[in-house]
Amino acid sequence: MSERIFLHISFPYETGYLGLVGKIGEQLALSLNCFTGDRESLAYHVNLVLTEAVANAIEHAAANRKNPLLQVTVRVENGLLTMRVFDQGDGFSLCDVQEPCDDGLAEHGRGIFIIKSLMDRVSYIKLDDGYVLEMEKNLY
Amino acid sequence: MLTNIESKDAITLIQVREERLDAHNSPELKNQMLALLEEGKHRMIIDLQEVRFVDSSGLGALVSGFKNASARNGSLKLCSLQPQVQSMFELTRLHRVFDIFSDRHQALSSFQDLSGPA
Repeated sequence: MSERIFLHISFPYETGYLGLVGKIGEQLALSLNCFTGDRESLAYHVNLVLTEAVANAIEHAAANRKNPLLQVTVRVENGLLTMRVFDQGDGFSLCDVQEPCDDGLAEHGRGIFIIKSLMDRVSYIKLDDGYVLEMEKNLY
Repeated sequence: MLTNIESKDAITLIQVREERLDAHNSPELKNQMLALLEEGKHRMIIDLQEVRFVDSSGLGALVSGFKNASARNGSLKLCSLQPQVQSMFELTRLHRVFDIFSDRHQALSSFQDLSGPA
């Protein structure tokens, strides 16, 4: 029987929770028996993409958002790890992300590039009350 | 942001005493580096031995320090990166921007050949 896990995490729009959310994702990835690759690297990457996505949601959150809590879900099903970070901001375009140059000294703008580099599929979807950044990783 | 700051031969060594360098604490590191630069401490080493995790904000803070040091004819170097942290520099190609040394002694030695204003 394939491994099935579903987590729903709600927490305030504060960067002080980045470590907690990242570590929850990291611990979940470390426990995945269905993944036969380098589990330590997968766990680090899950921590990283969750941290990047949540920081992005906090940075772009609308001041008049209806829900005071940021929502994150993590699902493992049929060999697929899916992480969703819901935000109530103004949205952005994934296509605006550029690869870093060799002498690139920009102080911002690497977060989405990192997510897209480490995940198999990334999409940013408009919802009725905001957006969701969906990040998928094939586990086998 | 927990840091140890020490000076040796006009070189300022900042040891980051945090496991994570992310959007929560990297602005503080950025401000600490800027304050030291404004005090005239233009030669700087950031020791990341205890940092297990760095995100794009952490990288951005270090880039900021690098740019601010360079703008003052100074230099900011990194040392003691853990493998996963090193991999983040490689992914974002920042390993080609920074001088990265395996430990603080090598980083300190690299300043000995430097000439010019500090």
